[in-house]
Amino acid sequence: MADGIPIEITGLTKRFGAVTAVEDLGFTVQPGKVTGFLGPNGAGKTTTLRVLLGLERPDAGTATFGGTPYAALPRPLETVGASLDASFHPGRSARNHLLVYATAAGIDRSRVPAVLAQVGIAEYADRRVGGYSLGMRQRLALAYTLLGDPGVFVLDEPINGLDPEGIKWIRGFLQALAREGRTVLVSSHLLSEVQQSVDDVVIISKGRLVKRGTLASLELDAAPRTIVDSPDRAALVAALDAAGLEYTEGRGGLIVAEPDPARVGHAAFVGGVELSALHRLKSGLEESFLSLVGGGDES
Amino acid sequence: MNGWNAIGAEFRKVFTTRMWWLLAIILFAYVGVTAGGLGAFLGWATANPEAAAEASGGPGGGAVVPPGTELAPLIYSFASSIGYVFPVLLGALAVTSEYRHKTLTPTFLAAPHRQVVLWSKFATQIVIGAGLGVVAFAASVGAGAAALAGFGLDTGLDSSDTWALIGRGVLALALWGGIGVGLGVLVVNQVAAIVIVIVFAQFIEPILRIVASLSEVTAAIGKFLPGAASDALVGASFYTMATPGGTAQSLEWWQGGLVLLGIAVVATVIGGATTWRRDVT
Ligand SMILES: Nc1ncnc2c1ncn2[C@@H]1O[C@H](COP(=O)(O)OP(=O)(O)OP(=O)(O)O)[C@@H](O)[C@H]1O
Ligand SMILES: [Mg+2]
Repeated sequence: MADGIPIEITGLTKRFGAVTAVEDLGFTVQPGKVTGFLGPNGAGKTTTLRVLLGLERPDAGTATFGGTPYAALPRPLETVGASLDASFHPGRSARNHLLVYATAAGIDRSRVPAVLAQVGIAEYADRRVGGYSLGMRQRLALAYTLLGDPGVFVLDEPINGLDPEGIKWIRGFLQALAREGRTVLVSSHLLSEVQQSVDDVVIISKGRLVKRGTLASLELDAAPRTIVDSPDRAALVAALDAAGLEYTEGRGGLIVAEPDPARVGHAAFVGGVELSALHRLKSGLEESFLSLVGGGDES
Repeated sequence: MNGWNAIGAEFRKVFTTRMWWLLAIILFAYVGVTAGGLGAFLGWATANPEAAAEASGGPGGGAVVPPGTELAPLIYSFASSIGYVFPVLLGALAVTSEYRHKTLTPTFLAAPHRQVVLWSKFATQIVIGAGLGVVAFAASVGAGAAALAGFGLDTGLDSSDTWALIGRGVLALALWGGIGVGLGVLVVNQVAAIVIVIVFAQFIEPILRIVASLSEVTAAIGKFLPGAASDALVGASFYTMATPGGTAQSLEWWQGGLVLLGIAVVATVIGGATTWRRDVT
């Protein structure tokens, strides 16, 4: 296995005509952890990864693997395993697909059956890829990243199209890679999709960095809150004011900046207000993510 | 990464999909039927000049085959004069299918030095073009010689000139494979590349060659048309018979080869400096 190398991105800008896909983006991805690269559709995730992998030229800035640009890596597939949009010649079998690129990269062909088995598609290896399901294609794309047993993984939306079992499998798989000391960068437009497997997050929106840190730090941003509602909203508002609780109006009631529903209930009881709803707002993480990327819809 | 790995990968790309043998089979059948059919007809016309002249326009209507025409090289050269589109197509598809199926991403991830990848395709398609040349000449010589022998005519197979012609024909198809790569990387779009090959081979080039043969000046230019250069390299073609009254000029065989090589290299260099360097999205 190759060593994990940090991914270093500084001042990265990429424009497509009038569209600025990525603007002055900078972050570092450390080995030994799974890093989620998050942002809504069109945020610039794929563009960033394509520039990192030498497939697109940046307008400014650098994106390297420990200081070396992808194109200058002496043995790229044995240093970085990358999958972008799963793209294959439909008439070629999975085995031959991998053999082509193992040949190109000078990797021993015995790796091909090994990685096919590792991702669980060995039994379909000699079928033409044109007949593959989306999930099988995703697994084949992962098999490609494993060919050179690299120390760095760059995966664009690898979970897309996997069934629940596949999702569970890939989560464990990513964690295992990171535990071996590899660098693992995984993009997704859904925090919930990766939150169970990532240690760090890099969140971008409209091509700009909006947050980087541990998943736990994102959780802190998203302090849990309480939803409360009453047939008599005015009386509830008065009771919350009297108790000195902060709140905002949401669709399902008032969102109170207080993690403990009991204290909100107590305030209502003191004010003599009948309640129709009182519960904790679940998964503050996703809300926090949405508010960071500007697509936030409270409650 | 090194060049040999890249060439090995390109060969593997070609031989792990069905296109190469589909094209090889069609090429074999097309050339075999044409060479066999025309061999039989021209063989008959040569063996029975009277009957042929009668059939073509009554008594004294002129011989179908000018007396003294050597049929064997004419018929064998169908392998290159009609078969050349096949290596061009395969060469162009080697490039355009990477765009069409978005496989440039895994290709450039495995081998980030793009020019090495492109010239590996070029070298690979030259070799595969030669292979198609062998297939095509097997068809034209096989069917053509059988037809000529059937009419008791000279098959030319014991003459070293015939084998030299076959060798130059194989070289021509090899170079056409390189031209295909150049065309593919210039055009990039698969459908457009196929349409260009077919329209150029079936309409534009034949018309230009006939038009060019109408005057001395244009004929001097027309001999540089790729098809004309290819025929010059091979040294025989039914065009020389199809435009008997014209003033078609021809290059030396080695000049024809250089013209083909030049077209292949220039197109590939230009494509390599433009489309091939663009962002892969
Ligand atoms: N080749 C291109 N030509 C023009 N615009 C492009 C191109 N590639 C990306 N863009 C634009 O750049 C922006 C970022 O796109 P990108 O694909 O990087 O987003 P993303 O974060 O990967 O989104 P998604 O979650 O939908 O995959 C978008 O506005 C997109 O339209
Ligand atoms: Mg994307």
